[in-house]
Amino acid sequence: MEWPVTQRTGPLWLIDPKSASLEALRCPKLAGNHVSNRFVRAEKALLDWPAITALPVSHPPAPTEHSQLKLGAALQLLGQSGHPLPELNDVGSAVWLQAVIDALCDLSSRDPLTGLANRRHFELALAREIDRVARAGEPALVLMVDIDRFKLVNDNHGHAAGDLVIQAVAQCLMECVRPMDTVSRFGGEEFAIILPNCPPAFGQQVAERIRRKVEQREVTIALSQVLNVTISLGGAFAPQWVRSSAPLWIERADQQLYRAKSEGRNRACLEMPPVSLVSAEEKGLLFATSQFEEEDHTSNP
Amino acid sequence: MSTPTNPPAPATAKRARILAVTSGKGGVGKTFVSANLAAALARRGERVLVLDADLGLANLDVVLNLFPKITLHDVFTGKASLEDAILPAPGGFSVLLAGSGLVEYSRLTAEVRDQLLKIIEVVAPRYDRILLDTGAGISDVVLFAVSLATEVLVVATPEPTSLTDAYATIKVLATQQQRSAIALVVNQVSRSGEGRVIRGQLQQVVDRFVTPSLPAGSAPVKIELLGEIPIDKSVREAVQRRQLLLETLPGCEAAKGILAVAAKLTTP
Repeated sequence: MEWPVTQRTGPLWLIDPKSASLEALRCPKLAGNHVSNRFVRAEKALLDWPAITALPVSHPPAPTEHSQLKLGAALQLLGQSGHPLPELNDVGSAVWLQAVIDALCDLSSRDPLTGLANRRHFELALAREIDRVARAGEPALVLMVDIDRFKLVNDNHGHAAGDLVIQAVAQCLMECVRPMDTVSRFGGEEFAIILPNCPPAFGQQVAERIRRKVEQREVTIALSQVLNVTISLGGAFAPQWVRSSAPLWIERADQQLYRAKSEGRNRACLEMPPVSLVSAEEKGLLFATSQFEEEDHTSNP
Repeated sequence: MSTPTNPPAPATAKRARILAVTSGKGGVGKTFVSANLAAALARRGERVLVLDADLGLANLDVVLNLFPKITLHDVFTGKASLEDAILPAPGGFSVLLAGSGLVEYSRLTAEVRDQLLKIIEVVAPRYDRILLDTGAGISDVVLFAVSLATEVLVVATPEPTSLTDAYATIKVLATQQQRSAIALVVNQVSRSGEGRVIRGQLQQVVDRFVTPSLPAGSAPVKIELLGEIPIDKSVREAVQRRQLLLETLPGCEAAKGILAVAAKLTTP
């Protein structure tokens, strides 16, 4: 019996045209040997198979339904997601289904340019973090990051260089945080980072570390052409014990980002944790018109 | 023309209003106000529960002269049921005391928070109002207790130190918990109208420093004066006797002040 053979990067796959089942054959010797018309047909048919089905492999449903994910498309997805390819002879099984779902979830939550979490994933992670903070009261920090004068990079060096800069900054961000933190591309040249369980005392340090890392990074945008960029960061801690809203939290961090920008860029500004201290100015007004003025009078100028 | 009518609220929605009583500074009569306000509300027909949210550091037991064997501590540790820990207090309300064993809970762990949340969930449908007698200061325990409440009442005295701490509390609650409505009771006023003056002073500083610091679109923080309680030697007398003012000397000026606060609380 003749088996058409196809070669992938991993093992070799044999297709039994009769039973229409798949079998992996880990035999590198066969590679490229059986390329024939028949194989091409078989391969094409294979790729048109429904990739997600609960039926056992030996009884695949007819590959006619347009709504179904074709095996070819599924393989492409799996390849892009970076997940290990499941055994192809598991097609249709729960393992395969899960792998495809994982790949889909992963791809739908990732920014294609940088590989960071995308905006959608960020918002989900933020909602989860708000739940956690409301329940556990742990301090959590959101950092908004923006590449300084990014438009100039695009204008002077082209969008390809802009993409390289974005990728380099993304990498710096990833290198500076813990595995539990969520680094995401918020949009354009803006990034957002969620740092769960980050005490206020460390917030400024983390932000500063990220800022310095980017500042020191040399981005090669062409042969012997190196670019340096800087970022501005704004951060806000979640209000503890209470359920904040995602837009409010982001807005507070954004306000700090604007502050960092207006104070000259290439700096990190964090919203100070709520101060219970009452400033002299506030006290001044509190007792300004009061009947306690004499009692409270101090000789301080 | 038919106008749409609001559907009646489901029966399960009936839930106690939770009022946190806090002060910033200790010794301003917070627990005294909590206990007597509960009695005043009970007189107005409300089913009231006072919860010692200071977790064993409050003087609620002293004020009420109740030293029960079963406390919140036993509920937390599973030694007793919640029902056994809820006691009738002299003023016609119920009280849930923490017991000194809870001092070990003064560090607010996730367990303590969950326990408190659970307890409030259980008791909320049974009462019209729950008063949370919080601790002094702006510790995380206090902030957490206040976060459980639908309304917050700050007790202050005309003392400059009390006023400063009341302001600090209001500031933290506004910025950290996005509270835009703060109720105020001024205790120990020496002349009528002093409460209004103090409210005005606090409001002025809040308008100048707190509201502008809030995120754009936030409601301005408003301090509502619920009433003032005059300095009254009857208070000292009642506290010394470890009795509720409203029980022993209900006709005195301070008691009238508390009754007025309760009236203002119950009239929408």
